Amino acid sequence: MSTTALGPQDTQRTTGTAGRPAGGLRVTFPRVVHMEWIKLRSLRSTLYTLAITVALVIGLGLLLSSLVGSGEGPGQDDFSDPTSISLGGVNLAALAVAVLGVLMSAGEYATGSIRGTLAAVPARLPVLWGKVVVFAVVSFVLMSVAVLGAFLAGQSVLSSRDMATAALSDPGVFRAVIGAAVYLTGAGLIGLAVGVLLRNTAGAITTVVGALFVLPGLIQLLPSSWNDAIGPYLPSNAANAFMTVGSSGDSLSAGSGFAVFAGYIVVLLAGAAVLLKRRDA
Amino acid sequence: MIEVNDLSKRYGDKLAVDALSFAVRPGVVTGFLGPNGAGKSTTMRMIMGLDRPSSGTVRVNGRPYEQHKAPLQEIGALLEAKAIHPGRSAYHHLLALAASNGIGKQRVLEVIDMVGLTEVAHKRAGGFSLGMGQRLGIASALLGDPRIVMLDEPVNGLDPEGVLWIRNLLKDLADGGRTVFVSSHLMSEMALIAEDLIVIGRGRLLSAGPLADFVARSSRRSVRVRSPQAASLRDLLTGDGVAVSSDEPGLLHVQGLEAAEIGERAAAAGVVLHELFVQEASLEEAFMELTRDAVEYHATTTELATAGRTNR
Repeated sequence: MSTTALGPQDTQRTTGTAGRPAGGLRVTFPRVVHMEWIKLRSLRSTLYTLAITVALVIGLGLLLSSLVGSGEGPGQDDFSDPTSISLGGVNLAALAVAVLGVLMSAGEYATGSIRGTLAAVPARLPVLWGKVVVFAVVSFVLMSVAVLGAFLAGQSVLSSRDMATAALSDPGVFRAVIGAAVYLTGAGLIGLAVGVLLRNTAGAITTVVGALFVLPGLIQLLPSSWNDAIGPYLPSNAANAFMTVGSSGDSLSAGSGFAVFAGYIVVLLAGAAVLLKRRDA
Repeated sequence: MIEVNDLSKRYGDKLAVDALSFAVRPGVVTGFLGPNGAGKSTTMRMIMGLDRPSSGTVRVNGRPYEQHKAPLQEIGALLEAKAIHPGRSAYHHLLALAASNGIGKQRVLEVIDMVGLTEVAHKRAGGFSLGMGQRLGIASALLGDPRIVMLDEPVNGLDPEGVLWIRNLLKDLADGGRTVFVSSHLMSEMALIAEDLIVIGRGRLLSAGPLADFVARSSRRSVRVRSPQAASLRDLLTGDGVAVSSDEPGLLHVQGLEAAEIGERAAAAGVVLHELFVQEASLEEAFMELTRDAVEYHATTTELATAGRTNR
């Protein structure tokens, strides 16, 4: 300890009236949101991860936009349209955001700080909703900036290379760009919910990565009738339906894709809420 | 005021807490003792609403903990040290907890100062020693200036100065009218700070009541008698349920007879006494005697658990 001895006068302050905070103390939902906001901003690792994710979305979008069709990188056929070229970093970024979501919930179980949190907010559910609000707002704002930046920068690179470009005012383009921010935010919320369900960081990350990124590939190995029946309803494929400008034959429409994707999040969060309320902390 | 009523907790086949009932009253330090695995931490977690009881109820200041509007003002608990994200500073950890209950930054700085962590408050908690983690846990328990302070093994990892500080802190809190409920393995420490005592073993209540009564009830309590006629005195005292031993000439240790009775028998027989002294058992001896007797588990509840002693 680098601190010096505590005299009796230090301890007396606890019992004195001076230490008692002013009235009006109670738990309210905005206060729980404030708690979660302080937790999020006070971890350097979280801030770095968010910054790296934004950089990833913009950087990969720029890279793909300057490489596509040049013979070195992916060909133009790999992308359905100019918008998807500039949003090429979104899938990798979704991985980072999903992990961040897991850390925000399962991380509290790993360190044991969840008990302090639930002792301060014994009603429990406000803690989950507080995390959802803080995470959703922060990631949606940052990811919107990232995908808009990636889109605008990517289109200007494509335009400078005399390639086809898209404008936000073109049909479906704005929806696809904001859809990418929705997908990123949603991937994080799925991570957050699975983190509460499993209460184990490694297990939750494996589960989320498997469901979002590995499963779509595995499904393609199944007979095509199965693939056609199941494939479009996987979370990442459903999200793809509202992140792409046009819609291909075998995927859902943008609207149903969003409904399915949102459905996953709602169901997972509901399950997380039930277990958080019921289980021993 | 903590009221535990017929509380049980079952984990699979194992009954960790078995029909436990006791009350912890304000204004004194109440010690919570039991061998390892007796169910102390489980009981404390149920008081905090962290573990759900299998049956029975816990009331904290008159109602279940989760029904309080400002929980941190009702009870502050240290259940495990270093339950904090290693990348977060002590200051932000406390600030976040405080924010949920509407407690201001000023109070956060105050409790940090109180536990002596001011210099390291903005450093990552991952580098904290066990003692510093313990101080941080105590700071979070004091955050809401709560009416009940509940600490599980608070002196673990503390240096002698820290132990002394805890002792004074707990006494001050109790003197200020708060309910103070503390578990510890250190019997000598408990003997110094606790006025009431709750002892459990294998999840069941073994004893509840004033610490002085607990020690006095111990059969290890003996009367030391010094007499020039020790041999004849020994004959006067020996009888059913009385054990007399001696480790030096002229000195007897008598168990099973009150000092007054010994004095009267000596006077009646004209035996001269030079010394007649009641030797209390130590808390440790009393505790060992009670908990070693694992088969009987006779509960010796005194009136502490009954309504007459409570302030409500």
